[in-house]
Amino acid sequence: MGIFRILIVDDEVDFLETIVNRLKKRKLDAIGVTSGEAALDLLAEQLFDVVLLDIKMPGGMDGIETLREIKKIRPLTEVLLLTGHASVETSIEGMKLGAFDYLLKPIKLEELLQKLAAAFGKKSTHDKKIQDAKIQELIRYPSKVFEQDKKE
Amino acid sequence: MKKSIYRKFRRNIIFFTLLVSFTPLILLGGIIYYNFVRVYEEKIEDQVKYRAKSQCNTVEVFLRERVAILSTLVDTHSFEYLKQQTNLSHIFDVISRRTDGLVDIGVIDGSGQHIAYSGPYDLAGLNYYHTFWFNEVMSKGKYISDVFMGFRKSPHFIIAVRGHNNGKNWVLRTTIDPDLFHQLVRTAQTGRSGDAYIINKDGIFQTGTRFSGSILGQSNLDTKLFGEGTSLVEKIKLNGRVKYYAGAWLKNNDWLLVISQDVSEEMAGLLTTRNFAILILSLGCLAIIYTTIITTKMTVQRLEKANDGINELNAQLMHSDKLAALGKMAAGIAHEINNPLAVIGEKAGWMRDLLMDEAFTNSDSYKEYSVSIDKIEEHVERARKITHNMLGFIRKMEPRLDDVDINGVLNQTVGLMQNQARLNNITIQMEFDPNIPIIASDQSQLQQVFLNLISNAIDAIEIGKSKEGRINLKTWQKNEYVFISIEDNGPGIPKESERKIFDPFFTTKKTGKGTGLGLSISYNIIEKMGGMINFENKAPQGIVFTIKLPVVLPEKK
Repeated sequence: MGIFRILIVDDEVDFLETIVNRLKKRKLDAIGVTSGEAALDLLAEQLFDVVLLDIKMPGGMDGIETLREIKKIRPLTEVLLLTGHASVETSIEGMKLGAFDYLLKPIKLEELLQKLAAAFGKKSTHDKKIQDAKIQELIRYPSKVFEQDKKE
Repeated sequence: MKKSIYRKFRRNIIFFTLLVSFTPLILLGGIIYYNFVRVYEEKIEDQVKYRAKSQCNTVEVFLRERVAILSTLVDTHSFEYLKQQTNLSHIFDVISRRTDGLVDIGVIDGSGQHIAYSGPYDLAGLNYYHTFWFNEVMSKGKYISDVFMGFRKSPHFIIAVRGHNNGKNWVLRTTIDPDLFHQLVRTAQTGRSGDAYIINKDGIFQTGTRFSGSILGQSNLDTKLFGEGTSLVEKIKLNGRVKYYAGAWLKNNDWLLVISQDVSEEMAGLLTTRNFAILILSLGCLAIIYTTIITTKMTVQRLEKANDGINELNAQLMHSDKLAALGKMAAGIAHEINNPLAVIGEKAGWMRDLLMDEAFTNSDSYKEYSVSIDKIEEHVERARKITHNMLGFIRKMEPRLDDVDINGVLNQTVGLMQNQARLNNITIQMEFDPNIPIIASDQSQLQQVFLNLISNAIDAIEIGKSKEGRINLKTWQKNEYVFISIEDNGPGIPKESERKIFDPFFTTKKTGKGTGLGLSISYNIIEKMGGMINFENKAPQGIVFTIKLPVVLPEKK
């Protein structure tokens, strides 16, 4: 697990595919899903360092709901909100719910990488906490973690 | 257009106010005057009537007394006694001493022969048998004649009484002093225009008159107007003058005593009063007109001013409504554009990533691809700036309160802009008041405002370009406000653009150079901080923006 794991959630498939490809090209372990539900399913099984989350996703769970659920099951996973629809209320709510930052589409890849690095940075400075959390998570979801480790 | 409405409004107010105040005033004045005149006229009529009646009585009494004297003489003295000249003279002396008005006395026998006479004229021996009066007195017993010339050739009238002694009729006759009689009648004259005289049935003057004619002359008064017996008042217009005439019949309706009075003289007092009333009324009306016009003018002016204020306020409200609506629309558009823009940007980025592969770098068209992708990214970036600015426009984040050193923030901002300024040959001068207080405000928002204004100034100078660029920054404090002014020596802005300068999407810059959002965002930021941005357009010598911020001291920590 030497590399950062990033989960990208966006209903805009064109955007999702491209950003995943670009991040992968930069040796980041990026996985894309198109709905909040899928993201939660995946998060339940796997560990990610950062989730890049679109706020407005018509049809299913929206970003804010997803964020709330993510923070329930993975409180230490940093979440970056990324959206074309910046509204004061949602951004404030997102920050209150523990999002790491709030980004507005379109975003330059360099900026995104900087923000990702900052998010990772925050994690690494609290490495010990993360380790402790991982232990906690191992206790809570032992089977899934083991399975995941086996796969790798 | 608007002016004419106020003018019409003012005219209406004045018209109705004057109408309402004048109508009762003039009506009241008119009615009072009319009634007053009527009462006055009645009074004058009564007075004239009364005078005519009483004067008539006086004259009647005078005549009756003279008749009584003659009758007494006839009844108590015999013809034989009286025809003696000495006896007659003695009696006439006695009578003349006791009473006045008798000029002479004469005794005439049944054949009309004047037998005895006492008086100033030489009338003895004349025969009256064929005269009208002699026949009248012989048949009726007593007779008062009209005025006539007679034998003595001067106007006079006589009283004659028939006597009867020893089966023979005779007549005692006396002449009435016409002057004395005239004086008696004249006592009823009043004022300068009053007249009193007697006319007979045929309108012949029996006394002298003041104005109407001389004795025995013909009066132009129609005696039929006065009916019979009773006194009556008539208002007659003669020679353009209105006169009151009161008449009373006397001497068995033979004579008419006439009292006349000029209306204008009698009414003189009333007319003076009327003129005085008209004067007061006119002055009152003038005062009302003056006051009405002045107060109406003042009221309408106030109203106009107040309305102007309201209109201005409405215009401001409409303007801010417009800004809000535009802002919302802008945000909506920005949202919709951001997503496709993100895809375009990412796809271009992905292409750039792929272009790094060796297979592509060696391609002939590598450069073309690379430049095209650069262009795509450049324009995505341009569009991104616009949409993000548009969103920033409605971002209503509560300003975070930092301890802000205005001078410091300005210094920092100038530091950011210095390079760009130097490239454009612009010097930035700073005159900061070192004593302005640290205030509680949002540093980053303030910085955005300063950045906007300074970069606008640089762009403006660039447009002008002809002279050496200069930007002046000043700060100072006055009362409860901190002021920041940013002055440039660019071309300023056209007069017609002044009103729109803070409107979103309004820009004087070249297409693509500015979004027209900078000033509008700045305006909103400063307004939310409780401040104000004003500008003074000195075109073509540049423009000065002045920001006024309330001094809010940070809480002590």
